[in-house]
Amino acid sequence: MPREGERLHSMQGIYLDHAATTPVRPEVVAAIQECFTVHFGNPSSPHAVGLAAEAAVRRAREQVAAAAGVSRDEVVFTSGGTEANNLALRGAARTVRRGGGTLLCSAIEHPSVLETVRALQDEGFSVRQIPVDRSGAVRLDQLAELVDANTRLVSVAYVNNEIGAVQDIAEVVRTVRQINPDAVIHTDAVQALGKLPLAPWAWGVDLVSLSAHKIGGPKGVGALLVRRGTRLVPLLTGGEQEAGLRSGTENVPGIVGFGLAAELAAAEMDDLARRLGRLRRRVVELVQERLPVAQVLGPPLAEAAPHIVNLALPGVKGEVMVRLLSEAGVYVSTGSACSAKKRVQSHVIASLGVADELKEASLRISLGRETTEEDVERAAEEIVRAYEELVQWRR
Amino acid sequence: MSESRELLLVRYGEIGLKGKNRSHFVSALVKNLQKALERVDCDAEVSHRFGRVYVEWTRGDREAIYGVVASTFGVVSFSPAVRVPLDQEAMCRAAEEAFRSAREGRTVKTFKVEARRSEKAFPLTSMEINRAVGGYVLRRHRDISVDVHDPDVTLNIEVRSEGILIYSRVIPGPGGLPVGTSSKAMLLLSGGIDSPVAGWYALKRGIALEAVHFHSFPFTSERSLQKVRDLCQVLAGYAGPIPLHVVHFTEVQRAIQQQVPSSFRITVMRRFMFRIATALAEARGALALVTGESVGQVASQTLESMRAIGEVTSLPVLRPLVGFDKHEIVTDARRIGSYELSILPYEDCCTIFVPENPQTRPKLERVRKVEEPLDVDALVEEAVGRTELEIIEPPRTFASVL
Repeated sequence: MPREGERLHSMQGIYLDHAATTPVRPEVVAAIQECFTVHFGNPSSPHAVGLAAEAAVRRAREQVAAAAGVSRDEVVFTSGGTEANNLALRGAARTVRRGGGTLLCSAIEHPSVLETVRALQDEGFSVRQIPVDRSGAVRLDQLAELVDANTRLVSVAYVNNEIGAVQDIAEVVRTVRQINPDAVIHTDAVQALGKLPLAPWAWGVDLVSLSAHKIGGPKGVGALLVRRGTRLVPLLTGGEQEAGLRSGTENVPGIVGFGLAAELAAAEMDDLARRLGRLRRRVVELVQERLPVAQVLGPPLAEAAPHIVNLALPGVKGEVMVRLLSEAGVYVSTGSACSAKKRVQSHVIASLGVADELKEASLRISLGRETTEEDVERAAEEIVRAYEELVQWRR
Repeated sequence: MSESRELLLVRYGEIGLKGKNRSHFVSALVKNLQKALERVDCDAEVSHRFGRVYVEWTRGDREAIYGVVASTFGVVSFSPAVRVPLDQEAMCRAAEEAFRSAREGRTVKTFKVEARRSEKAFPLTSMEINRAVGGYVLRRHRDISVDVHDPDVTLNIEVRSEGILIYSRVIPGPGGLPVGTSSKAMLLLSGGIDSPVAGWYALKRGIALEAVHFHSFPFTSERSLQKVRDLCQVLAGYAGPIPLHVVHFTEVQRAIQQQVPSSFRITVMRRFMFRIATALAEARGALALVTGESVGQVASQTLESMRAIGEVTSLPVLRPLVGFDKHEIVTDARRIGSYELSILPYEDCCTIFVPENPQTRPKLERVRKVEEPLDVDALVEEAVGRTELEIIEPPRTFASVL
């Protein structure tokens, strides 16, 4: 007999959690499948089968480089955004000969940045967080106070995955370089690729993290963009693939999928950004019309990445809403999760300095290529319905 | 007898004292062992002969088989053994073999032989067997000496009419009574540390269990429900398949939330749990409830609470943990394999149901009064009607005893 989770949710339900992951595009699936059976070679092999695989990887490298506006030899393929962040942070920190120094990152970084930077404290670094304001923007004045001659590395994500806040990376770089021209600057652009323009070297950044599965590519593959001349100590040692920066037989299927997804995403970016921004505005309007208490957390819509909005609905718990909505075939996410007897709040929401009752009640809605007008209207209806049902429980 | 035939001598203790019930218990033990061994890919056979229970096999993973026997209630201990014909030479050789493997990987300096003879036709007396075997072993292990008081290894030789049984190692079993020999009870299983341990102690005394879990979608998560299934599976490793009743508890919660003053909500909630479990017990032929309740562990675990809650059922409520300190319960949970699961965070945490100031010593009169506005029977009936039954199978892997 089917259990609750196994009940037949038509997977055609309304998926609004694209910031978590995206469905793989059909063209990408086809390209990947070929790699399993036809172009299955090891790119390091000296024969024709290997060479064909190497060519496929080179092509993907070019596609990713073009999408990001960098050179082919500045792309290092990894197993995803987390590994890219680890390679950037640990790789740069460890080039410092005598260890020590300060690492700075924003208060709203992804856990793969925060935890890595925290772990580097064990290697003799000290860590400071750059505060953000109520809209999630990095406080440049506070950043200026934190940077000094001892600053080794600064990491600020271009787009935040929970609230959609967009940082002015060029300004961040300027602020840092004015005080310390040598600090290495890294930006996690995992949520930005395909939604917002990328010009990392023009901004003055040294390292950029990317991921495939946020743009219709497969999971398990990403890239670190490394500006020519930037030194890194590799995480994985072995066969010296990826110019010695990331050993290991290349994930050819994943990389090929990533390349194609990146190329398509870059080509469609302007249209997509416009369309998603519009749909996003619509869903917020529809909800706020019926529920005036609903409040957007983070940046105002016009300033946020086009696909993400964090909506707080005071009086109900985010996780409970997510479950009810899931039952109704609408799939969203939340900033807070319940963990044993205490409630674990998103560090991102917590950094915004909002009222407690808003913290527990946040819903993250993130749209994607496949999202339609009907989806957004239906979703808004279900959100209102779920809210009205749950709010009766409050006493 | 083929070379690769393996044998376990299984000892049952307490149930041997039961007089007329003895054969009933022993056959239950044999049946439970046989059923449990079906989970292992082997040709093991369980038999009861001459007052002993034996497990024999030629094909099968030894560790898995030992693991099964070590988790079957009714087993006090068991010993890997060899059986040889009534022949002195064979006996000595097998004993020396047993000694050889007993000292493998261990520092052994002393041993003794303990012989028992029930077959009078065998030419040697017990004393003579001790000397014969002892001498045979000593000649082949020059670095060993005999210590009759506190030896590192004891070689047991049992001369019986069906052959000579030789063993040295004694592996403890969980004791208790074979599951099912003490009828059936309903276990109120939450995702916490206590209720699985309570269930284990009930199984230990031969009580078959069906588990009841109260689920309040959308406030409790599918993951917390999966955790409960996994905990049930740990218990099934000791008992065989366990039926799990998942009760749709949301409407009861809603009624309580809307009509009961906040400080009494927990008490009333548990009263409903007991009522529903009782109704399920009646439908399933169970004669008692089992809970992980304790006294004094948290503020609400008072006798006043127990009385206020227990009053709604006429079934005996078994609370095996009442005499335990928390750290003892945790030790047990680790031992039975439920601790790591219980501490996973997927509990029913999303309780807007936990009041700020719960009544820790509720007065019965007041509790009855605050319950009055609720249509208790209808709520219980609805919850029972919306209960889903799953059968939780035992796990495929076994804890190592080696």
